[in-house]
Amino acid sequence: MTITRIVALLAVIGLGVSPALAQISDGVIKIGVLNDQSSLYADLAGQGSVVAARMAVEDFGAAAKGLKVEVIFADHQNKADVGSQIARQWYDAEKVDLILDVPNSGVALAVNQITRDKGKAFIVSSAATSDLTGKACSPNTIHWTYDTWALANGTGTAVVKTGGDSWFFITADYAFGHALERDVEAVVLKNGGKVLGKVRHPLNTQDFSSFLLQAQASKAKVIGLANAGGDTTNAIKQGAEFGIVKGGQSFAGLLVFLTDVHALGLEKAQGLTFTETFYWDMNDKTRAFAKRFAERNRQIHPTMIHAGVYAGTLHYLRAVEALKSDDGARVIAKMKEMPTDDPLFGKGTIRVDGRKIHPAYLVEVKKPAESKYPWDYYKIRATIPAEQAFRPLDQGGCELVKK
Amino acid sequence: MTIFGVPTQALFGQLLIGLINGAFYALLSLGLSVIFGLLNIINFTHGAQYMMGAFAAYFLLNWAGLGYWWALLVAPIAVAITGIVLERLTLKRLYQLDHLYGLLLTFGFALIIQGLFRHQYGSSGLPYAMPAELAGGRNLGFMFLPNYRAWVIVFSLAVCLTTWYVIERTRLGSYLRAATENPALVQAFGINVPRMITLTYGFGVGLAALAGVLAAPIYQVNPLMGADLIIVVFAVVVIGGLGSIMGSIVTGFGLGVVEGFTKVFYPEASNTVIFVIMAVVLLLRPAGLFGRAS
Repeated sequence: MTITRIVALLAVIGLGVSPALAQISDGVIKIGVLNDQSSLYADLAGQGSVVAARMAVEDFGAAAKGLKVEVIFADHQNKADVGSQIARQWYDAEKVDLILDVPNSGVALAVNQITRDKGKAFIVSSAATSDLTGKACSPNTIHWTYDTWALANGTGTAVVKTGGDSWFFITADYAFGHALERDVEAVVLKNGGKVLGKVRHPLNTQDFSSFLLQAQASKAKVIGLANAGGDTTNAIKQGAEFGIVKGGQSFAGLLVFLTDVHALGLEKAQGLTFTETFYWDMNDKTRAFAKRFAERNRQIHPTMIHAGVYAGTLHYLRAVEALKSDDGARVIAKMKEMPTDDPLFGKGTIRVDGRKIHPAYLVEVKKPAESKYPWDYYKIRATIPAEQAFRPLDQGGCELVKK
Repeated sequence: MTIFGVPTQALFGQLLIGLINGAFYALLSLGLSVIFGLLNIINFTHGAQYMMGAFAAYFLLNWAGLGYWWALLVAPIAVAITGIVLERLTLKRLYQLDHLYGLLLTFGFALIIQGLFRHQYGSSGLPYAMPAELAGGRNLGFMFLPNYRAWVIVFSLAVCLTTWYVIERTRLGSYLRAATENPALVQAFGINVPRMITLTYGFGVGLAALAGVLAAPIYQVNPLMGADLIIVVFAVVVIGGLGSIMGSIVTGFGLGVVEGFTKVFYPEASNTVIFVIMAVVLLLRPAGLFGRAS
């Protein structure tokens, strides 16, 4: 018997023993978490997303089902060129099948295109721009957790309806900030409000005093913060110093995460109202998840980003199992076809444009006296039902939607 | 009345804001200048030491119950001691070598220190409250000036000018300057030059930490707060002229103002404008605005 025959025989035996692996490229499902590991978005995503992905693999019971799943991660440093380069290397050289998370809309849009070109799969949790399911939508991408349209719709509508009808925007100067500003402005105008001015600041700005002064001078009732992470916390902290709220203006944090509230402290963050799609203290299932997660993530409780990574990974693995293949476009198609069901977002669906559909919540940050235990930060003020939480399918301009 | 479509009143506000940010630039670039002028070391750890100052203030408050005013005194000393250890153990071996070695070593230390803090405390930072005495603010007619910012400007100006006076106008300062020109000769007069250099490094580091304490109540106490700032501060030092004390102070405040105005007229460029100025200055006056060509 020649060597070739032996190899061929072993291969056949191998396939026979574990049919689940039949169509899995090189026998391993490799998941790459690509996000900000070191800068302003590292707490709201960062290592926490890696922990969430690993928990999903364990909870799915991959090992028991004979599936070999490996989770790797990298830091894109919020640079589209670095992110693109890692994504290409992962897909080409390291046989990564799925890229997860990817905060920073600029980087996510780049990875979205690369994933499509390479025929792999991409599940977005952190990046916010609604263009990912609009004009940049792709048969290889699912946008799981939230988007700028949902934030605008949730927070913007609530603020205008409670009398905040004149706005000034402080906007992060890149794809995400622009998309958020655009979507909120549309909501404000639709509800009869007006926009008095806007100013755009570079990503990762320390000092907001100059922008706050401009916002103050505009006399707008609401100062909309179309930024995230450290930029938002710095703006709010310095806003208190400049007497913004005492002067009768109010902040609308358009994208605020649990970790931002933790970093600000309740004293400064109390009363902020914004939109989330997940809060760890909603029910027994979310609390159980948060407890396990915090133990593995320096006691930091899960943000909606972490929840999205967990749920997205779980659904991905189920689709791979059902399909017995890890072919990017086919798995994504299968994910859209199968209803979703996970302990964090409950039952839901994924639309043809890649938009995951679930309810959103309008939350208000508690006063220090109302907070009874660590990370007890939110009151849920309103629930926006799943069918109203996201942009209607026909308004995004996605080419996958049949006219 | 308006200038380029911006009300003059608003410009006054931005001028003041610029001066406040300039105060931080001045304080940080001053420390760098002192260290470079006397040790010939380009101290890239400066940003990390600024961050350590802010963290020291946080630790003092939360572990020892010592508030802001104590932090202003204790934090710079504590961070200066870590700087002195660093100098004794590593930097002093590099004085005879090219600047590049000191730069690489201190850059490496900066990355290690920032990495350790980030690992321990995360990237979103920790809250540090404003001292009650300085909370609030007053309405100046053209803008609302928080008391704390007024304090920052006055305090850092006082520190800068005192430092300039000590180095340029006193006997101690003359020893220091002489020791940079000719250490062997100064040593021959019975002055302990290595100790003087160590203490100078400690002082420069202490200035960085002091800026960190001043920053703690306005910015988040964040492991990366110095990482971006240090690049700008280096540009300030280069524009002012490496090693020039007065150059650092004047340029620090001046560039703060320029940056402030950029935030009004073209905010998108506010983090590049300083580097554009740096490029222009290097083309026209390679030694910097206040530097002496050697």
